[in-house]
Amino acid sequence: MYLFRLALASVSNRRFTALLTVFAIALSACLLLAVERVRTEAKTSFASTISGTDLVVGARSGAVNLLLYSVFRIGNATNNIRWDSYTQLKENPRVKWAIPLSLGDSHRGYRVLGTNLSYFEHYHYGRNQPLLIQEGRPFQDLFDVVLGAEVAEALQYNVGDQIVLAHGVSIISLVDHADKPFTVVGILARTGTPVDRTLHISLEGMEALHVDWQNGTPARDKGHISAEQARQLDLTPKGITAVLLGLNSKIATFSLQRTINEYRGEPLMAILPGVALQELWSLMSTAEQALFIVSLFVVLTGLIGMLTALLTSLNERRREMAILRSVGARPGHIFGLLMAEAFALALMGVVAGLGLLYAGIAVAQAPVQAHYGLYLPLTWPSAYEWRLLGGILGAALLIGCLPAWRAYRQSLTDGLSVRL
Amino acid sequence: MSALIELNALGFAWPGQTELLDIPHFRLERGETLFLRGPSGSGKTTLLGLLGGVMRPGRGQIRLLGEELATLSAARRDQFRVDHTGYIFQQFNLLPFLSVQENVELPCHFSALRRQRARERHGSETEAAQALLSALGLGGHALSKQRAGALSIGQQQRVAAARALIGQPELVIADEPTSALDTDTRETFLRLLFTECQAAGASLLFVSHDQSLASLFDRSVSLAELNRATRPAES
Repeated sequence: MYLFRLALASVSNRRFTALLTVFAIALSACLLLAVERVRTEAKTSFASTISGTDLVVGARSGAVNLLLYSVFRIGNATNNIRWDSYTQLKENPRVKWAIPLSLGDSHRGYRVLGTNLSYFEHYHYGRNQPLLIQEGRPFQDLFDVVLGAEVAEALQYNVGDQIVLAHGVSIISLVDHADKPFTVVGILARTGTPVDRTLHISLEGMEALHVDWQNGTPARDKGHISAEQARQLDLTPKGITAVLLGLNSKIATFSLQRTINEYRGEPLMAILPGVALQELWSLMSTAEQALFIVSLFVVLTGLIGMLTALLTSLNERRREMAILRSVGARPGHIFGLLMAEAFALALMGVVAGLGLLYAGIAVAQAPVQAHYGLYLPLTWPSAYEWRLLGGILGAALLIGCLPAWRAYRQSLTDGLSVRL
Repeated sequence: MSALIELNALGFAWPGQTELLDIPHFRLERGETLFLRGPSGSGKTTLLGLLGGVMRPGRGQIRLLGEELATLSAARRDQFRVDHTGYIFQQFNLLPFLSVQENVELPCHFSALRRQRARERHGSETEAAQALLSALGLGGHALSKQRAGALSIGQQQRVAAARALIGQPELVIADEPTSALDTDTRETFLRLLFTECQAAGASLLFVSHDQSLASLFDRSVSLAELNRATRPAES
């Protein structure tokens, strides 16, 4: 204990370099923890993008692709599902509910999703949380639109605003649906999932937008059907992009999946969202691991900084060591003194790193949530994070052995007095 | 009563060199103050290293308080040194980042014996340090709380003396402690050192090249006379 106090007094005598060392360790510890926390939270938030849905059904392609466009609203379906396939699925006795999804249009870079009211009832995310309407109501009229939280916030839309949807999914669209404007009737509460970045309209509304289109281009003059005329037509869609299914019993999941995969009417595919999410996440795990390894190296750099500082200090501290020897410190004490110093520096670094981390989270929490839908909790370090911090301290002690051993050797040869 | 220090047929050489020290016999009695005159390069530092148990002699005996140093382990020699010897060096004796008080108390943290003695005589290490500091003319709380690095050289040497004497070691070894001081302070310092050594019952082994101080001591010896290894050309 006395050695630790001596070490602290000696360190505070060299406080400038000591502070730099502590700062370097703090930054590296902070980075390691931040990467770890973002990684964990990203994984959690990723896994909780969708919940409660037992099967996702789409045209036959790849599981990841289907997941990407149906849940993450990234990319496009290779093919559609016929409307009668959807109705058959819905009628299946094992199916409790079915949410039809129709994608294809966009609004200023945000995807437009055609669906029906079952979406607001059955689409769950996180720990089986339902979608909440923060303001307004679900769509009722043909040209009603319900916005995700981020869309409303970023584009500053309020209930009652009129917006024009664009055909296709590029941010700058050359063709829009200016003849059929939509009215914002509801805004969803924030979920931290792709729902926040989606505009929701009814399937009929989606159909009405394209009712007069032929071969992917709007009809001209005569063929043009106005918004009012569209209301008179039968707007049952011919096809949709994907269906989310909730089953009466989880046990039926695999058998229904097989049934769908073997469906004779058209080539369909059903996936279990949990499995597909894991598959998708594992695609990203390389990047995730790379990030982790990089931050480990940053920690190592911080500790090497400490090693350098300690080693360079040894020469100018030979007198200090000799004085300690002359008042009775044994070479073992000198070793302990250097170890205590390394430990003290690393401990201060780790504590400061935690401080930096929490300060950083406190500042960045809101913007990160807004921009990336990632909620970084201000919670105590997890058991794993404590182990990481313990690892840093352990590594510091290990590295501290080197200057400690050098000081030990030096104090043996220098003895009680140094001629400097 | 046995001698405090007794050297017999002592020889020491650095590896690959001719013998630097060859001392047939040397004694220092308890309570004696001895002036050991030796120019630099005469093996003075080596002798002090041997007496401190930092180095082992090549041959011969070093007895301190009747204990044969060469037979003790390195750790025991270190412990023996701090228990029974106080050191004062030429300069830079103190840890500049500790307070005066903490500097004086340092040996008590490494020697249970000296801690115990300080407590027996003064009640606590702090009291013991205070008593020594005021006896050496450095009394007062403000001063003892000051960082040692802030003191003048003369004051620092007196703090070093207080540190060497705390817990009443039997021997005080002073290696050129006055060479950084001017003539006036030199005498004052020596007188204080004598008084305190006497009060503590400690012998004083004072090593210096400054012959003018020799008359103040009980006895004066030249290292050149003791050491047969010294070649005439060098002395």
